[in-house]
Amino acid sequence: MAAGVATWLPFARAAAVGWLPLAKKTMPKPPVDNTSRSDEILYVNVSGVRFQTWKNTLDRYPDTLLGSSEKEFFFNEDTQEYFFDRDPEMFRHILNFYRTGKLHYPRHECIQAFDEELAFYGIVPEIIGDCCMEEYRDRKKENQERLAEDTEANESTDAPLPPHSTPRERLWRAFENPHTSTMALVFYYVTGFFIAVSVIANVVETVPCRPPKGKVKDLPCGEKYDLAFFCMDTACVLIFTFEYLMRLFAAPSRCKFMRSVMSVIDVVAIMPYYIGLVMPENEDVSGAFVTLRVFRVFRIFKFSRHSQGLRILGYTLKSCASELGFLLFSLTMAIIIFATVMFYAEKGTASSTFTSIPASFWYTIVTMTTLGYGDMVPSTIAGKIFGSICSLSGVLVIALPVPVIVSNFSRIYHQNQRADKMRAQQRFRQAGWLRLANLTNESYFLDFTENCSVFQDRDSDSTALCVKNRSAFEHQHHHLLHCLEKTTNHEFTDEMNYSELCMTESVGFRTSRSTSLSSQQGAQNNSTGCCPRRVRRRAAMRLANSTVSVSRGSVQELDTLQFKTTTIPHQTRSSLNAQPDNLKLNCGEQDFTAAIISIPTPPANTPDESLPPSPAPIPGILRNTQATAYTHESFKISSL
Amino acid sequence: MGLVMGTFSLQSKQMNYHKDKADDDLEMTVVCHRPEGLDQMEAQTNFSKRELQVLYRGFKNECPSGVVSEETFKQIYSKFFPHGDASAYAHYLFNAFDTGHTGSIKFEDFVTALSILLRGSVTEKLQWTFNLYDINRDGYINKEEMTDIVRAIYDMMGKYTYPVLKTDAPKQHVDAFFQKMDKNRDGVVTLDEFILSCQEDENIMRSLQLFENVI
Repeated sequence: MAAGVATWLPFARAAAVGWLPLAKKTMPKPPVDNTSRSDEILYVNVSGVRFQTWKNTLDRYPDTLLGSSEKEFFFNEDTQEYFFDRDPEMFRHILNFYRTGKLHYPRHECIQAFDEELAFYGIVPEIIGDCCMEEYRDRKKENQERLAEDTEANESTDAPLPPHSTPRERLWRAFENPHTSTMALVFYYVTGFFIAVSVIANVVETVPCRPPKGKVKDLPCGEKYDLAFFCMDTACVLIFTFEYLMRLFAAPSRCKFMRSVMSVIDVVAIMPYYIGLVMPENEDVSGAFVTLRVFRVFRIFKFSRHSQGLRILGYTLKSCASELGFLLFSLTMAIIIFATVMFYAEKGTASSTFTSIPASFWYTIVTMTTLGYGDMVPSTIAGKIFGSICSLSGVLVIALPVPVIVSNFSRIYHQNQRADKMRAQQRFRQAGWLRLANLTNESYFLDFTENCSVFQDRDSDSTALCVKNRSAFEHQHHHLLHCLEKTTNHEFTDEMNYSELCMTESVGFRTSRSTSLSSQQGAQNNSTGCCPRRVRRRAAMRLANSTVSVSRGSVQELDTLQFKTTTIPHQTRSSLNAQPDNLKLNCGEQDFTAAIISIPTPPANTPDESLPPSPAPIPGILRNTQATAYTHESFKISSL
Repeated sequence: MGLVMGTFSLQSKQMNYHKDKADDDLEMTVVCHRPEGLDQMEAQTNFSKRELQVLYRGFKNECPSGVVSEETFKQIYSKFFPHGDASAYAHYLFNAFDTGHTGSIKFEDFVTALSILLRGSVTEKLQWTFNLYDINRDGYINKEEMTDIVRAIYDMMGKYTYPVLKTDAPKQHVDAFFQKMDKNRDGVVTLDEFILSCQEDENIMRSLQLFENVI
């Protein structure tokens, strides 16, 4: 319950006096609030730091540990205070939440410690105030990513092989982690060597060598030592093919492997050779064949298996795809604009190199990236002016997305470093240094479980108390709405029943039912004007729920209430909720939230006067109790 | 490209200007009101010191500046009646609370009204209610005023009611009211007529006592 609504409820009830002269019948009796009215100061001792607060302050949120009767478990009779063996620094923030209604996240605290404290005190983290919400979310996401990575790192690689692994699994592991066995390491280095050899051969075969005897022109080495290069190429391709086939065989999921980037690179690296073998040596297709040889250079990408830095770079580029896209898009826009301008500026000149707008593209790109080859130069004054604007803006446009890409790269790189550090720490742990601490934890755990069973016996009592605690406000609010119904002689209902009613009324069906609640009260009861008896009406307040506008930071708690039908026919009325919303007062800049509460009516058979003041077995609203229920569905209600 | 950046910076400058103006306004309207002394209030109302303390603590927590505006009042009241539109009735309530017609409710107004409603005598309560109904404060309740009030109350019920709300239900209600209250059939209800008629009605008398233990 927010302080907001609870504070104003007495005033709203008092204002109900204004309805009295209009009501034809007497108002129902209000629920008697048996809780002690006089406010008292509670003492809370958190690890030696004493906090004091009004009881009312803590009662604002009855769904939390401090607001409910759960805190009685921590009451120390000797010192007459509540003692919690928790962090006093964190408790300060928790207590401030009760006082102000907003939960703040201290930036210097560890996010996990904070979350644990919140869980202990029964506070849902979603209610963190807007001011601290972003920071909290960021840190939490970072932490989760970290955890996910750690589990991933744990699962993979350095863990010892499961005992019954097939040769296929062993092979796959050898391929993925060369450090595991000597053979794998040897293979790893051999393939690396051959990749290097292949790439160097590709490069060297285009270098002009001295011509053979008798010729004058320089020949590229590739043609002079044709056979040697061919043999080298064949050897490399054989190795690569063998490697690829072995990987394919060992892969746990062949489809996934074939779609992965590295396998595509492998295929692209070796295909040109085979295509070259297959293709006949005629002139028509040799042009295409030459193009294919270009693809041999992709073998250099095979190095990315061997180098982590390359992988990081690739991953960065992938994750910065949107920034790169933006960069590309803005560059394209600028190029088109400036090319057009330059073309029309230089159009008049006789010997202009700006022959068309696409021709000007080249000039624009060269100028914007500050290359300035000088093959195309503007000669008119207008052209020069626009040319200078072009080069200046080029610098700016390129400089903008770069920091984003850089920061992404830095983050990913550090994450990778962290993985290595984690691995080192795991090895340290396994070495047994922390075994002593583990033992003490175990004994603590044993004690705790013993205590838990003791707690469980007391559970039923505490839930009953919980019931009483939570329903005072609901009783009163419900009584208020009841009075309104009496004043207007109409009853609250929900959308579904309303549409049913509209239909039945049009058919002419009239139910003469007497109200259950007011049946004993007034003598004058119209048969039509009273609350009719309804059997097992569904009480889904979709209207209230749909008008709920819950802002992100201000929903206090979300209870999922489970409703089940019972065999006892209950006369129910629709439930009514007070709205949760951001309550903005003009005076301060505080935000409040109001309660949304689902209140089923008390069982209708008992007359009002004989109702116990606060009907203790009030069914329905409570969490986790076996309430006699009213609906089939379970629906979420924000309650405070 | 530079032109684009230039226009962007121009826009932001304008926004800054607006914000500064808003800041000035804000500074001028943040009013802090302190209520008069606790002893004085205890003497003027029917509350004990402790009750006043509890009330003020709650009030001050919600409203650090010490006043409630009409907008806020409407919002607060609407929380309790999520189905219907409580703004009209809240408006009338606000005027009834704001006895000095200052446009905002201070703690004294709040407490004075609560004192009458919860701890006042029957006559005082009825007088307060009469004031509530008498929208233009001319000492008479005529049919239009009553219709406004009753319509506002019915608005709070919302659309989905049982039995289905007919459009002339408020009017019927008002007619019934006048039938009972207007003794001399002159079309208006005066304070004396009102008090007299209410005192004759047992239901009303009984209901009036129900609200005494709200606080």
